[in-house]
Amino acid sequence: MTDILLRGGRLVDPSNKLDAIGDVLIRAGKIESVGGNIAAPDGATIVDCSGQVVAPGFIDVHCHLREPGREDVETIATGARAAAAGGFTAVCAMPNTDPVTDNQAAVGFVLKQGRAANAARVYPIGAISIGEMGERLAEFGEMVGAGAVAVSDDGKPVVSAQLMRTALEYARTFGIPVADHCEDPTLAAGGAMNEGLVSARLGLKGIPGEAEEIMAIRDILLAKRTGGHVHLCHMSTRGSVELIRWGKDRNINVTAEVCPHHLSLTEDEVEGYNTNAKMNPPLRSADDVAALCQAVKDGTIDVIATDHAPHHNDEKEREFSDAPNGIVGLETALAVNLTWLVKPGVISLSTLIEKMSCAPARLFHLPGGSLRRGVAADVTVFNPTAEWVVDPKLFKTKGRNSPYVGRTLTGRVGCTIVDGRIVHQVQG
Amino acid sequence: MTAPLGKDLLGLEHLSADQINLILDTAEPLREISERAIKKVPTLRGATIVNLFFEASTRTRISFEFAEKRMSADTVNVAVSASSVSKGETLVDTAKNLEAMKIDMVVMRHGSSGAAKFLAERIESNVINAGDGMHEHPTQGLLDMLTLRQRFGTLAGKKICICGDVLHSRVARSNIWGLTKLGAEVAVCGPRSLLPSAIEEMGVTVFSRIEQAIEWADALNVLRLQLERMQAGYIPSLREYNRVFGVTRERLERAPRDILILHPGPMNRGVEIDSDVADGPHSVILEQVTNGVAVRMAVLYLLAGNSPQLADAAKGVA
Repeated sequence: MTDILLRGGRLVDPSNKLDAIGDVLIRAGKIESVGGNIAAPDGATIVDCSGQVVAPGFIDVHCHLREPGREDVETIATGARAAAAGGFTAVCAMPNTDPVTDNQAAVGFVLKQGRAANAARVYPIGAISIGEMGERLAEFGEMVGAGAVAVSDDGKPVVSAQLMRTALEYARTFGIPVADHCEDPTLAAGGAMNEGLVSARLGLKGIPGEAEEIMAIRDILLAKRTGGHVHLCHMSTRGSVELIRWGKDRNINVTAEVCPHHLSLTEDEVEGYNTNAKMNPPLRSADDVAALCQAVKDGTIDVIATDHAPHHNDEKEREFSDAPNGIVGLETALAVNLTWLVKPGVISLSTLIEKMSCAPARLFHLPGGSLRRGVAADVTVFNPTAEWVVDPKLFKTKGRNSPYVGRTLTGRVGCTIVDGRIVHQVQG
Repeated sequence: MTAPLGKDLLGLEHLSADQINLILDTAEPLREISERAIKKVPTLRGATIVNLFFEASTRTRISFEFAEKRMSADTVNVAVSASSVSKGETLVDTAKNLEAMKIDMVVMRHGSSGAAKFLAERIESNVINAGDGMHEHPTQGLLDMLTLRQRFGTLAGKKICICGDVLHSRVARSNIWGLTKLGAEVAVCGPRSLLPSAIEEMGVTVFSRIEQAIEWADALNVLRLQLERMQAGYIPSLREYNRVFGVTRERLERAPRDILILHPGPMNRGVEIDSDVADGPHSVILEQVTNGVAVRMAVLYLLAGNSPQLADAAKGVA
């Protein structure tokens, strides 16, 4: 394996409290050294990083890679390449595939396909319940043994509080987080967007914020009862933020993620029945967006995750209420976060890298998330000021369903290094 | 020339007061055509119009069909049951196939909000929304306004209360936008479980009790209360609905002034409206039906690109 020298970049690594111009030498899949001016070993690949940020590789704890079942929409390979193109060195694949990743063999399949992709690392998340049916616990132990890094019934909430309690208790044995999609199914039933003036005007059934918040506080209380680690997926409301803060103030073992779209867009995007603005949880109000941004800043929200959800164009190209929920996010996440959060000064670059790399590694017990010597060489190099126009034809994902199509975003990935190898690089 | 309404009529929210008045002014003289022995003018001769109904409709479909036929258009009715749609063709494929047969206009009713806009953005033909989900039913709103304007002379300053299931009603939304633009004061009255939670932000007054609405209003537009709402648990029973929100003769007798009663039909007699009221002296429900044909003729005429000044010509010899 060739040595790689990343030369003259701005090294930003919150796990080391590092923010300085310097070099990174990568050898044999590890960070070999980090410093001011490292001499290039013979035969090393030299990457000129001047004007670029060198950061620990991004880790997405929440994406949908659709394989097995919907290989027409995404495969683990296309998803892993899209991830690499977006600066992600690792992604966690949600188990709501067909069949569901609810056993050790299915976990092994995801890992095998991920390795073959030779792009971002792919970590399987196992289901909480068999078939995500919400009835019987899946075999956490065997799934973790096979390589699962967390459990979740994402796509669906864990409706039964008793099952959620048991999952949190049982997961403690294996030290994995239980990630929940917080949604009260009776309040959200039939809903297509946030409940409010826009839904009233458009004649679409709304999903009130309380559908999320009621489940969020239930999960927080169950984490308090059990001591298990509950990770709340894709939080979207001010109310949820306040409840998480309440939990953290009491040292309850709760962590939370937010998606770039919930930090940047509001329900107004649905105007004109734009199905690329349809996702679950839905885009909320400007007040919710402001609260979520503040929560990222103050640490109430731990992680930014994409909820990358590719869909076939034929399925999105239809009546709003019949279109599926979800948007692609892997290849726009960094730029959306830079454009809406860092550029206007809402959060620092260092905080962004903490939310996209360090915290995911720490909370899901994954390699990477740091530029410290000896750590797995998962590194992302990006230009924080380059502007580009989102063109779905250039996506590596099979999905084209992005609400950012045609927008000019700031921040572009230059090079993604996984396990000491360059898996994505932009020339010039 | 450019049609004064643009290509499509999708709703009243995005029309100007001038455009709404233009439709109503155009509709007035067209009423007369339906009074003749030979109810036909050649205005839309050669135009092909498809009435594409994805939801059951009797009144609206017949009203459009009369409007089209009385203007000499060639019409085809396509009734697509929900089951056959779910089996096969998408809405956009259905529309593109129709358009490949060289049509000029599509009148569409569909169960999904936004379906008319979706179609309009994907085909060249004019699209008229004959009701899309819970969104809008613009020709119903227009015929309600034409009826009120004929009775009141003007809508400015008049107080109109929309009663009942506003949450699920496309008629309510078209009424709110249209009436507000023409200067009327609009209120709604119904159980909170059947009003959108953001209803006040839509610029209307909310009455919790039908008695308050009757005391306030110059006209009530009484919406149909569908049996499914009770089954879905929005209200406990139709019986209680009638007792609390029903428009009854006893309640109207306590009104401080004569109140016009509108209903978009079909009525549930004894639920939202009592027969005494529906058939009583204040009811303009059948005038609405008559006006429906005239309003739809006006919309067809204007969307076909005909100049408003020529409205009189539409009355010309058959």
